[in-house]
Amino acid sequence: MKAGKFKDILITSLIKVCGYSAIIFVGMIFVFLIKEGSPALIRVPLENFLQLRWYPIEDRFGLLPLIGGSLIVTLGAAIFSIPLGIVSAVYIAEVAPRWAREILKPLVEVLGGLPSVMLGFIGILVIVPALRQALNLPTGLTAFTGALILGGMAIPTIVSVAEDALDAVPKTYREAALAMGATRWQTIWKVTLPAAKSGVLTAVMLGVGRAIGETMTVMMVTGNAAVFPTGFGAIFKPVRTMTATIAAEMGEVASGSTHYHVLFLIGIILFLISLTVNLIAASVVFRQRKRTERILS
Amino acid sequence: MNAFNSDLNEPSPVPMEVKPRALNASMEIVLTDPKIIVEHLSISYSDGTESLKDIYLAIPKNAITVLFGPAGGGKSTLLRTINRLNDLADVVKVQGHVWLDGVDILSPEIDVIKLRRKVGIVFARPVVLPLTIRQNLTYGLELAGQKDRTIHADAVERSLKAAAIWDEVKDRLDEPAVSLSGGQQQRICLARSLVLEPEVILLDEPTSGLDPISTGKVEASLQTLKENYTIVLVPHSVQQAARVADYAAFFLGGELIEYTIGKQIFTNPLDSRTEDYVEGRFG
Repeated sequence: MKAGKFKDILITSLIKVCGYSAIIFVGMIFVFLIKEGSPALIRVPLENFLQLRWYPIEDRFGLLPLIGGSLIVTLGAAIFSIPLGIVSAVYIAEVAPRWAREILKPLVEVLGGLPSVMLGFIGILVIVPALRQALNLPTGLTAFTGALILGGMAIPTIVSVAEDALDAVPKTYREAALAMGATRWQTIWKVTLPAAKSGVLTAVMLGVGRAIGETMTVMMVTGNAAVFPTGFGAIFKPVRTMTATIAAEMGEVASGSTHYHVLFLIGIILFLISLTVNLIAASVVFRQRKRTERILS
Repeated sequence: MNAFNSDLNEPSPVPMEVKPRALNASMEIVLTDPKIIVEHLSISYSDGTESLKDIYLAIPKNAITVLFGPAGGGKSTLLRTINRLNDLADVVKVQGHVWLDGVDILSPEIDVIKLRRKVGIVFARPVVLPLTIRQNLTYGLELAGQKDRTIHADAVERSLKAAAIWDEVKDRLDEPAVSLSGGQQQRICLARSLVLEPEVILLDEPTSGLDPISTGKVEASLQTLKENYTIVLVPHSVQQAARVADYAAFFLGGELIEYTIGKQIFTNPLDSRTEDYVEGRFG
């Protein structure tokens, strides 16, 4: 009896240590980022960050081309992957016959586990030359290529999570709609999708979040030219993202130099962007949950 | 022929006089011009279980026909076959016919959407949509392409009155339907199926989650509704079956054991299994 009690306490405290350490690690990473990134704000005047040139050797630290590059690639990936991902999820959850569903769902999940280097590889060998020839561009290493491949990476995440959400909608909702004479399309569009809204939104956020933070593929296929994207044609020109900049330059920079601190500052900005995306998603889901709880109580 | 079967070029011929099965020939009931005829219907699910075995049943107009028996007897399967909701289930084999006004509704050419507007269903657990009371009712009309607000208002009032809930909700039509009690929600669901002016109403244990007062209200509204509709009910208890049945069919293990006039089956059943079930010896 006593030994059992001891075991109980031991296991509980072990679990507690694991739980707290996760929080502590995240906190420590954040502290480290701030510590290494904040000197950049002191050493470099603010207007230096707001210029359009990123030439660290000449002490020109314009962050706008990098932020612009990340935004255009992520936005492109989102525009391409969100509709495709949601429609695929609807197909798998609502339309596909059982045997097709049983093949498609695991296949999509395997696709989500592909290493990003492999996708970059396919991008360089297949998409880049194809795009250059098709559109007669000077180079196929463009923002569009990056968006295409990032979108392809986000789709499995979106499909998988959104399909789970659609699948969790009670069968009775569908039956009630069908019994009222709704067509399958009306049932999906007006009943099932709205009922699974918060789950679908989570899927989109996870997918887009993956696209923002992705480094390897974008470094391989976007050309890495730190040019501020202007106009519509910019999607067919090379860009450089924040993540690719950190990955490419961190290995060569002198520790403690201004350039080094600026790279950490970029890391802080990335962190803040993904934090904002997550907070928006959480607040939307939370607000919706609260409303349903209020109605149901 | 009405709009519903105008899609079909030639309605198949149907016997106009059907003798539902009973064990003793002298106890057979004869229906002329039944609304629904279930003819040699067998249904199997993909896991190998046979849910219905060669069912033959004629359901009359303007009456409450009760399908009762222990769980797993195939009552719900039969009910859901009548408006083809069973298409969603994992059915592998369907044999036989279900005739509605002389049209075989199991035929692949049938317009299932039109059929479901003609054959309404109310489920065991009230499923109100997360909308207001009024929107819950007008939703089916909107799906059918009806946009006229005055027609909406008339239909809402008519169907809420028919479902015996008008007085309770007439002043709060724009409140969320989920704020109503379970019994009220169930009558909203009944009203919702009435909005589309169906000809047949199917009810799958509509009062299983309700208190006796709400159950009484639902049963009372069914008694009024049967003057204009064909009602098929799977009751949640034998007692309810006995209270409301004009005709009653006893199902056991996918077979139709006995089908006759309600009073007959609950007071003097022919089959010993029916008698055992009605008197509560099993089930």
